[in-house]
Amino acid sequence: MNIHEYQAKQLLKKFGVRVPEGRLVEEGPDLAARVEKAAQDLSRERGNAVWVVKAQIHAGGRGKAGGVKVCKDISSTVAAGLEIMGKTLVTPQTGVQGKKVHKIWIEEGSQIARELYLGVVIDRSTSQVVMMASTEGGIEIEEVAAKHPEKICKVNVDSVTGYMPFHGRKLAQALGLNAAQTKEAVTFFGGIYKCFMEQDCSQVEINPLIITADGHLAALDAKLNFDDNALYRHPEVVEMRDLLEENPQDVEASKYELAYIALDGNIGCLVNGAGLAMATMDIIKLHGGEPANFLDVGGGASKEKVAHAFKIILKDPKVKAILVNIFGGIMKCDVIAEGVIAAARELELQVPLVVRLEGTNVQKGKEILAHSGLKITPADGLTDAAKKVVAASQGKAV
Amino acid sequence: MAIWVDKNTKVICQGITGSQGTFHSKGCRDYGTQMVGGVTPGRGGQVHEGFPVFDSVAEAVQKTGANASMIFVPPAGAADAICEAADAGIQFIVCITEGIPVRDMIAAKRYVSGTRSRLIGPNCPGIITPGQCKIGIMPGHIHQSGNIGVVSRSGTLTYEAVYQLTQLGIGQSTCVGIGGDPVNGTHFIDVLEAFNRDPDTHGVIMIGEIGGTAEEEAAEYIKQEFKKPVAGFIGGATAPAGKRMGHAGAIISGGQGTAEEKFQALKAAGVYIARSPADLGSTLAQAMKK
Repeated sequence: MNIHEYQAKQLLKKFGVRVPEGRLVEEGPDLAARVEKAAQDLSRERGNAVWVVKAQIHAGGRGKAGGVKVCKDISSTVAAGLEIMGKTLVTPQTGVQGKKVHKIWIEEGSQIARELYLGVVIDRSTSQVVMMASTEGGIEIEEVAAKHPEKICKVNVDSVTGYMPFHGRKLAQALGLNAAQTKEAVTFFGGIYKCFMEQDCSQVEINPLIITADGHLAALDAKLNFDDNALYRHPEVVEMRDLLEENPQDVEASKYELAYIALDGNIGCLVNGAGLAMATMDIIKLHGGEPANFLDVGGGASKEKVAHAFKIILKDPKVKAILVNIFGGIMKCDVIAEGVIAAARELELQVPLVVRLEGTNVQKGKEILAHSGLKITPADGLTDAAKKVVAASQGKAV
Repeated sequence: MAIWVDKNTKVICQGITGSQGTFHSKGCRDYGTQMVGGVTPGRGGQVHEGFPVFDSVAEAVQKTGANASMIFVPPAGAADAICEAADAGIQFIVCITEGIPVRDMIAAKRYVSGTRSRLIGPNCPGIITPGQCKIGIMPGHIHQSGNIGVVSRSGTLTYEAVYQLTQLGIGQSTCVGIGGDPVNGTHFIDVLEAFNRDPDTHGVIMIGEIGGTAEEEAAEYIKQEFKKPVAGFIGGATAPAGKRMGHAGAIISGGQGTAEEKFQALKAAGVYIARSPADLGSTLAQAMKK
């Protein structure tokens, strides 16, 4: 799960991490007045003479897309707020359709002396938490990793000891901090590690981490992702979820514990198991088609789950054909066949449907489909299924 | 012979009184696995579906001589169950549970590494030596005893591979599902090392997927040390970056972990590549002929 920058900053602040102060403004009536009040309140409290208006969307690259504006007075802050709110930002991370701005964050301007980078992730090969620092702040870390890997300092933190001061000193040294800043950094980085662990984050990224003109560290931007599997123990994090930022079909699917990802193609896929679901997309592409989605109904899907999965696939108007690919291990093919028929009848399915069943009770399953009276194209094997569904999606007879 | 589990392996199930634990314990017993009992704290002394139930793994080990455990404990208690099994001296801990928080797994893995136990999974279908021992949720009947090892991050895709092999009349020595989570107990390399040493494994199918660098590391190992033919497939060539494809670990982040990189790494290591998941069995057959 992702949260907005302003939420990430508020959370980090609780862990003693210094962040610039700001005010949130949401879309709605009297926008100009509310932006003005937010800017005035902020400068009354903080004494700042520069305001930064930042679009709050779940995607990076906002600055270049016009989602961040630095303003020297209240009236231009209001103008920037009016311009950014409701705007659709297209960044490398949003996809071509872009993301509409529903919230803006009005922040006090910061005097920046240096822009650095700090990130925390799980290192999968060592199964430990790794903290990364780089002097190349403000640019994508992937770019730094590709061009200047030597500029990234990595520190593995053993789960037995947790974060220790020497970890912080090592990172601070790599960043070229002076003695006073190093002392501050040891605490600052410790706060970030503590937040990562206690909140069950999957990623924390401070980019840029800045050294202010008066020599202090601050998180000028903050990106926090959370481990979905651990959300059950963080109700306060779940409350920060912003459904406006998520694809409505993804949200619908998560209600029924279906793993669904919308894609750009026109062949709907319904598969059991994540690996087979990915492989099904791959084989469709190999035979000249384009998958419309990834959908894993899980190992123990019921008739109802299959029906919901169909509904979600059919909500996508691009879908021109559907491929059901089930390898029945624990799941029995006859049960799946009944689920497919029930859903097809209920939804009065219009698009061509290709079904490939294999595994437990496969004969029974195939008979049920054949005697359903519905227009279902059976397939033998993965290749046959892919060829048939690709042809169907192109309007050819199968 | 095969790797890690055989007809002498004595298995208990942690979480045996739950619906999944019950169903699959019976399934493993029906397959012929020596299922010697189960553990559910607070239910010790009962007999559940013919299985003796114990309060702790230690007690189960003492009374049954179990050396393997299959875990179906729900996510919130699964790491605890893994550590309890390791503490009790269980040699092979197979954790089927999906959805364990990564933080819990980091701690559990660190703990297990200090013991003599091997953890397989979590979020995996389990391990099977056809005709001898099935520990997990895979459909036993698609397997056939033979000389090909299978190792995979995915469940159903493994069944696909096994099914294709069996259709071609090619049997399997042992099939290991290492699981789809970012932090897991057993990596590709651990399984490959065991296959390398096993005289009855003559070739291997390796099935990876997007996310992480485990396949690249395995490719390096294959290039340096692996002596047997390998056929490989990577799922997720069409997966978009930044999206988690069902498995917690199946995500391309920062341009890393793409299927193409992994295919290239395997190819460079001399692995026979199946570009289509329909060609898993035939690619292996081809590799064995050369």
